[in-house]
Amino acid sequence: MSAEAGRTVRAGDELPPLEIEITRTLVVAGAIASRDYQDVHHDAELARQRGAPDIFMNILTTNGLVGRYITDHFGPAAVLRGVSIRLGAPNHPGDTMVLTGTVEDVRGDTARVRVVGANGIGRHVTGTVTVTLPGAGAAQEPVAGAEAGRA
Amino acid sequence: MSRAPGTGGGSEGGGASARGDDREAGRGEGDRGTPEELYARLKAFEGRAGTVGGVGKDLVNEPMIRHWCEAMGDTNPAYAGKDAVAPPTMLQAWTMGGLSGHEGRSHAYDELLRLLDGAGCTSVVATDCEQEYLRPLRPGDEVTFDVVIESVSERKTTGLGTGYFITTRMDVRAAGEPAGTHRFRILKYAPAGRSARRGEAGPAAGAGTTDRSEVGGSGGGGSGGGGSEGSRSEGAEGGKGARGDRGARGDRGPSPVRRPRPVVNRDNAGFWEGVSRHRLLIQRCDGCGTLRFPWLPGCNACGCPDWSTVEACGEGTVHSYVVMHHPPFPAFAEPDRATGRPGPYAVALVELAEGVRMISNVVDVPYDRVRIGMPVRLLFRRMDEELELPVFRAAGERGR
Repeated sequence: MSAEAGRTVRAGDELPPLEIEITRTLVVAGAIASRDYQDVHHDAELARQRGAPDIFMNILTTNGLVGRYITDHFGPAAVLRGVSIRLGAPNHPGDTMVLTGTVEDVRGDTARVRVVGANGIGRHVTGTVTVTLPGAGAAQEPVAGAEAGRA
Repeated sequence: MSRAPGTGGGSEGGGASARGDDREAGRGEGDRGTPEELYARLKAFEGRAGTVGGVGKDLVNEPMIRHWCEAMGDTNPAYAGKDAVAPPTMLQAWTMGGLSGHEGRSHAYDELLRLLDGAGCTSVVATDCEQEYLRPLRPGDEVTFDVVIESVSERKTTGLGTGYFITTRMDVRAAGEPAGTHRFRILKYAPAGRSARRGEAGPAAGAGTTDRSEVGGSGGGGSGGGGSEGSRSEGAEGGKGARGDRGARGDRGPSPVRRPRPVVNRDNAGFWEGVSRHRLLIQRCDGCGTLRFPWLPGCNACGCPDWSTVEACGEGTVHSYVVMHHPPFPAFAEPDRATGRPGPYAVALVELAEGVRMISNVVDVPYDRVRIGMPVRLLFRRMDEELELPVFRAAGERGR
């Protein structure tokens, strides 16, 4: 977790990549934690019957990981305002997903970050995260208390 | 999206269901018929309520937050301790039916899925999730939600197979306050030449949230085969009506150029319902009486969300207009009388006798005869077998 708060965030900034091992445990734990009991996310046999080679990550877990990627980077004072994602290649166990992000624009204390998660077969996820960064932006006061943005 | 404070509770949901629910939907489950007939029936689900007054099974609570954070590997201290908030991305999780499902689910949503099952679109994949967070969720909050079926796309051929994109929108409230919106898109499709057919696609989806997410891959409208790159396929935006209809209709040979479909949602469903009965309805604020058009969820003048309707008498005058010459949009053009080809057309801002203004076409008069101040009269014109629109023609010169 980098102490990004207070540093100026600019359009074009690239976030360091985050590698996520897609383990069977992650797929199942994510599905259950998000209360998604669709068999394709925990039962390999049934997943195969439905034409997938194995179980695969559900969209809520992907969403959670994308959110985590952003707040890990910008720190606990960052507040997520919106996450929009589109899925592509599925995340199967044994694969690795690498999340990368680029700041698209910054308005006031709010940044939009374009996120891509690529795995061994293609792009698993592309999306945009809108996040408020207390203390970011050119004309801001230096970090006025870490709670500032948490409305 | 902010709502004006102090406008008594409850009206939002009440208004929504009153507006959203009375459109005709496809009936029965038979799925034979032409693709056009099927599409017309699917389309009728747009604007219908998926879930009204859904209640999360659990209050927002620390154990579920912790389990989520453990699964995601999320160690953000904002999600733990005395002043913990839930990770915003958990929004949908609080609305899930879990193993036991939700009772009282919408018949409309089930009906829509069944209709597609019957048409051979037995598989489902989640393609998009768009969330907006308006207020943090904290332990103890009760989560309630309403779902509306926002759009059903035309038939699309994707790398996975041919099917329809269904977009739902969920409004989530916590302790009665708007907490977020969750827009979710699935592709319900017939697998492309796959042995895994009759996959019966799992049990019915929960509460319109369509819990099932599956192999992504969203190559809408694009080349078949291997569409797993998934990134570029903007065609996957099922149902954004304004995109125009050419091309994507697929298998029926060249279709005539048709008007883009209106996007009907619960904020404007009442307007389109009025159009279907040849009534042009204007909203009137119940709080301050101000008329408004186009339709909006609240009053611009006082913020009040309660409204009723007034039927326009149909008289109006051209307040302003433009003539579209280039680029040509044949779907909007009247055939030119001389050449029979689509020609320039006039787009007018018509001031209705009631005082509100609306954008429409002035028809049955040469585009270069339209003038500011010209009296016009409402008529409903059928554009194609599915679409009728309110337009205007010159009111008889001898005047009123």
